[in-house]
Amino acid sequence: MTAGPWKLESQRSYFGRALVDLGRRNPNVVVVGADTTESLKSIDFGKAFPDRFFQLGIAEPNMISVAAGLAAAGKIPFATTYSVFGSAHTYNVIRQNVAYTNLNVKIFCSHAGLTVGPDGATHQINEDIGLMRGIPRMTVLVPADGPETARAVTAAAGMKGPVYCRFSRTNVPTVTSDQDGFAIGKAHTLRDGSDVTLIGCGLMVARCLEAAQTLERERISARVINLSTVKPLDLATIDRAARETGRIVTAEEHTVVHGIGAAVAAAIAVNHPVPIAMVGVQDVFGESGEAEELLRKYGLTVEKIVDAVHDLVKRGDRRT
Amino acid sequence: MVEVTEELIAALKRKAVTLRKHIVRMTHNVQSGHPGGSMSACDIVTALYFHILRVDPKNPTWPDRDRFVLSKGHACPVWYAALAERGFFPVEELMTFRKLNSRLQGHPELGTTPGVENAAGAEGQGLSFSVGLALASRMDHKAWRTYCVLGDGEQDVGQTWEAAMAASKYGLDNLTAFIDRNGIQQEGRTEDIMPLEPLRNKWEAFNWHVLNIDGHDFRQILAAIEEAHRTRGRPTVIIARTVKGKGVSFMENKIKYHGAATSDDELKLALAELEEMEASM
Repeated sequence: MTAGPWKLESQRSYFGRALVDLGRRNPNVVVVGADTTESLKSIDFGKAFPDRFFQLGIAEPNMISVAAGLAAAGKIPFATTYSVFGSAHTYNVIRQNVAYTNLNVKIFCSHAGLTVGPDGATHQINEDIGLMRGIPRMTVLVPADGPETARAVTAAAGMKGPVYCRFSRTNVPTVTSDQDGFAIGKAHTLRDGSDVTLIGCGLMVARCLEAAQTLERERISARVINLSTVKPLDLATIDRAARETGRIVTAEEHTVVHGIGAAVAAAIAVNHPVPIAMVGVQDVFGESGEAEELLRKYGLTVEKIVDAVHDLVKRGDRRT
Repeated sequence: MVEVTEELIAALKRKAVTLRKHIVRMTHNVQSGHPGGSMSACDIVTALYFHILRVDPKNPTWPDRDRFVLSKGHACPVWYAALAERGFFPVEELMTFRKLNSRLQGHPELGTTPGVENAAGAEGQGLSFSVGLALASRMDHKAWRTYCVLGDGEQDVGQTWEAAMAASKYGLDNLTAFIDRNGIQQEGRTEDIMPLEPLRNKWEAFNWHVLNIDGHDFRQILAAIEEAHRTRGRPTVIIARTVKGKGVSFMENKIKYHGAATSDDELKLALAELEEMEASM
């Protein structure tokens, strides 16, 4: 991974520490895992609170339903595993036992997207955001970096109801700070601009910021929004961006079929249609490779974001 | 546990007939639903709701209540009938089952129906959910227990066995499972669709305390539950041999009545049989 001007840090390390901190503050917090707890760093919680930690083996459907049962009895369970298992493999269990029941289960998954790397397409899920945002009652979070992952843990525990949160295996640039605050349902404008709005999530937020710097040299003023809550979508912020900048480019480490691009496009099509371009995975499976190589091959780069902006600029001005 | 008297057994038998009448009427009224598996589980559910469970109909979410989880969600007519008869909601409401705007959904919904503890419909999730409940009770040093009723068709589902492993790993002796072993699932006999036997050995191999009983004999049901309560360090599964459609002669052991309601004429016959049974008690 390239760092740009930022420090590269592990979201999983922030996640593990945030869980332990939360566990100290709230005795109702419990953690369930599925033979991936060292990788997720949720094992740190298990070491600190062995009575509140349940290793359930390679049996993710059971893990999700056990978490639901714990929640039904008043606990705040964090179910932790890799994104492909914590979404697609367990989809109908989440749907019936967590969302339909509206239980207080927090599903926190790492290893989202292509940057899982050499493990290949079986582990690189680019469909989880779409799967989860399609389920009624589900809140979907995609933190941009380590510090925001920690804030997502606290915010998820502080709200009632099911949450799905996905983050990366690879170290990502730290672009947010604790001064930014974090509220579920609020998109964070990291940089103001008037000619185009770049809306990113996860590790693509850093690439949006880099693209904005490149565009600035060309005298194109780009606003950058960190869409760390995918659902509920911050319609006010997106609508304002459409009206004020007249062009939108989304960027996500996820398929464009039903990810944040599709969510934003649907929202602006209804409220204030403006030209939109989507940078993301194009309805294909990934493959083995290093994280940065994969992002380049599948078009998840600063250059692709800049190119998309150029294309939109050629189509004219739709600002109101 | 209180002594099992003749009066208690007679009262439970009468209550079970009442529940069966509700099941037949509810499913006939909407011409859908699953009467067969509701009637096979009826005596187990009756024993639990009218003798075992510490629940409070006036306060359905009382934190220290025992938990009843119906994993075979399609059998919810028997659950709704028991909850209504136990006073969780009016008996008249049973006739809204599966109708628009009803609190009695075609499969159980958590948070809508007073007394319902889980959502089920997709099979094989209830035992895992029960493991979560039992872990929470133990973590909080509480006395409340969890009872889960599974279908035998659900033994096909992989997640059932994931849950079985987890329950024995954690030695959940506050969890009791029942398998409503009626031998029939949607498309045929369980042993033709996906052979389950030797089922007892399977559960023993998963380190459960296993009991085999006649699931229509209240003395056996109550004795098995008492033995489960006495068992330490392991969860107990009670494999209850039952008859699908139990209580109405022409419905018994018929694959058809897994997911089909009675016709108008059949309803009259069914109610006549059940009323005759009631009168003979």
